[in-house]
Formats: sequence, C-alpha cells, structure tokens
Amino acid sequence: MNIALNLALILLLLALAFWTVVARETFAAVAGFVSYGLLLTLAWVALSAVDVALTEAAIGAGLTGALLIGAASRLRKTEAAARAERPGPATRVLAAIVATAVAAAIAACVLLLPDPAPTLAPEVARNIASTGVGNPITAVLMSFRAMDTLLEAIVLLFGLLGIWSLGSDRYWGGRPGLAPVAEPNGILAYMARVLPPIGIVVGIYILWVGADYPGGKFQGGTVLAAMWLLLMMSGLLDAPAVSQRWVRLALIAGPAAFILVGLLGVFVANAFLAYPEGLAKPLIIVIEVALLPSLAVTLTLLLIGPPQRAGSPP
Amino acid sequence: MSAPTLFGLCAAVLVGFGLYGLMVHPQPLRKVLSFNLIGNGVFLVCAVIARRGASAGFGGDPVPQALLITAIVVAFAASALAVALMLRQFDETGSSSLSPEVAPAPAKSPAKGEA
Repeated sequence: MNIALNLALILLLLALAFWTVVARETFAAVAGFVSYGLLLTLAWVALSAVDVALTEAAIGAGLTGALLIGAASRLRKTEAAARAERPGPATRVLAAIVATAVAAAIAACVLLLPDPAPTLAPEVARNIASTGVGNPITAVLMSFRAMDTLLEAIVLLFGLLGIWSLGSDRYWGGRPGLAPVAEPNGILAYMARVLPPIGIVVGIYILWVGADYPGGKFQGGTVLAAMWLLLMMSGLLDAPAVSQRWVRLALIAGPAAFILVGLLGVFVANAFLAYPEGLAKPLIIVIEVALLPSLAVTLTLLLIGPPQRAGSPP
Repeated sequence: MSAPTLFGLCAAVLVGFGLYGLMVHPQPLRKVLSFNLIGNGVFLVCAVIARRGASAGFGGDPVPQALLITAIVVAFAASALAVALMLRQFDETGSSSLSPEVAPAPAKSPAKGEA
C-alpha cells in the first residue's frame, strides 16, 4: 500500500476514534467504534499482520461490537442521569493535558525505536521446520509460545466463570439471554437457515488452513460462534442451560487436551508442552481440533452473558 | 516518513484519545469503549514493532504478531466481563453510575444476594 493510502486510512481511523470519544450518545459512540474496528483490520493488513487482521475482524470488531451494541441498547435509560455527572471544564482540560502528555511520550518512543529493529524472525525461520507447520504465527502460538496460548484459553474460561457468577442465585445453572422470539418467516430466520452450513465449512477451513497460511482456531472458532449466535438471535434455537453436561464438557475439552499433551511432553520430551521429535504436527493438530469447539462455545457464552432464566422451558 | 512510523504515531494518538475518554466519561460503558481504544493503540505499537522486525522472508516478526492475537482475544473476554458487571448493576439498581454519591436502590429481594 502506498503512503497516500496509508495516510487516508490513518486519518479515517483517527476521525472515527475521535467520534467514539466525543459523541454525545453512547449508542452513536458504539456505532463509531464498530466501523473503526473494521477499518483497523486494514491497518493490520498494511502492517503485514494478516493473521492479526483476521482476528481483529472476527473478535475485535465483530464480537466486541455485538457485545457493546447489546449493552448500549440496554443501558440507554441511564444516559440522561449520566449527563448530569459529566465533569466540569477544569477536569476536562486537565484530562486533555494528561492524555496529550502520554500520547506525546508514546510518539517519542515510536520515533526513537532502535534501528535496526530487534527481531526474532530469523530464530523462528531457523526452527519452524521442527514444528511441521508452515505459518510462522501458528508455530509461535502452538509451539514456541504454547504456554501463552494455553493460559489464554484458561483466561477465557475464567472470564466466563466470572460472568456466570454475576447471574442471580435463582437462575444459577439456567439459560442465558432472553427467551427466543421465533419469527419463522422473517429475514433473520431465513439467513439463519442458509448461512450456518456455509459458515461451519468456512470456520473449519480457517482452522485447517491456519497450519500453513493465515488463519487458525481463534478465527475459525469465532466464525462458528457467529453462526451459533445467528441461530439464537433468529429464535430458531434457544441458548443452552449452562448446567448442561455437554456445555461444560465442550468448555473444558480444549484446555484439557492442551494440558494432557503438555504433560505428555514432561514424560516424553523432558519439558511441559515440549513435543517429541517428529510428532509436533500431529500433536498440534490434536490440540487445535480440540480447542476449536471449546473456543466457539466459550466465545458464544461470553457474549450472551450470565444465566437469566430457569433451565427448563416454562 | 515510513509507513510503520506513521502507524506508530497513529497509535500514540489513539492512546491519547482513549485516556481522555476514560477520564472524562462518567458512564462505565464509555469507559470500556475508551479502554478498548487505549488497548488498540498499544496493539498497534506492537504491530509496528513487529513490522519493523521484518526479516528472514517474513512480513513481520511473528512473535509479537502471535502475542497480538492472544491480546485481542483476552481483551474481548475482559470487555465481556466488564459489560456483564455493569448490566448486573443496572438490573439491581436501575442505574449504571459509578459515582458514590448516587445511592443504590435497595435490592429487590434479599434472597438474591451479592454477586
């Protein structure tokens, strides 16, 4: 991308970010944030981070956008009261000074970055053959820094436990979200019948292709989560009660498989999460395939929130 | 000026915007939005560092890029938890104010307990 295109992209990004901060209505700010997230995807592409761009489009803009739009529409009633709490001009000027100072410090750091830049890319290139995968990002995520990825999967699970524990006691173990209102002939229901078969194939393809090209379990899992969410939003499918055994098994299957493979490494390759010679690729595939459904279920349930209804239909 | 440097400066401004929003907006949802802007700024700096480290035939240093993917996913989980917290507060009190001066309405039933 040439410099003029990059400049235009940056100006648009900053304009939308500015709108997100100054918009009067929270809902309008969220709308700005979602379009900003989609544009940010292009910034990752401009920086040759295609894997990150896919993640940003799926999770940063897609799921986070859906989450914030849902919250903004539910909290609309509180807008008027919040306006009275806006800080006075003195606080705002002070905040602007602090924010400008921090931004200037970061800008200075960016301009003073060491040249030539330190990089681990040659290390990755030297060792990627031992993992059997062709995509360097997947090699880092699943082999060189596998511990980070394992902890991340567990952080997601803890986040979900935190959200569940925010449900009220009488609905513990019940179904999250509102009861579905089925409109079998609506356009949403139509989309929910047509898209999921395609989406499921795309999600699994993104997982599989992630071994050698941009893609992977997070992006694929998000596509699967989106298909499930579409089915729930159209009212064709109700959310599962969070106490159901299959939900809980699906949630822990991925991290559990990851930990088991890690423990195998202790006995066979002398380190936690080390892969025995020649078996790296099959083991990475085992972990990724086990993580895909777990991530899809975790991301979906993170989005729809704590249990709010009794488990069995009334 | 090279493209990575331009995006780096963009990231600095994003952090500035986010920090201002975080301090000025009383609504918790706006704070989460602003916090996400700060996060995006930090991620963008990380991507710039990755891009500058391009070598060995890769478009960028894959190690920071992989960490970015982890970071984006964790940021979503954190936002989801924050949103769940404020919705629960709204369900309990009918308000989402963070101000200690706004007295919370009593809970609807004592059996519900604290979350």
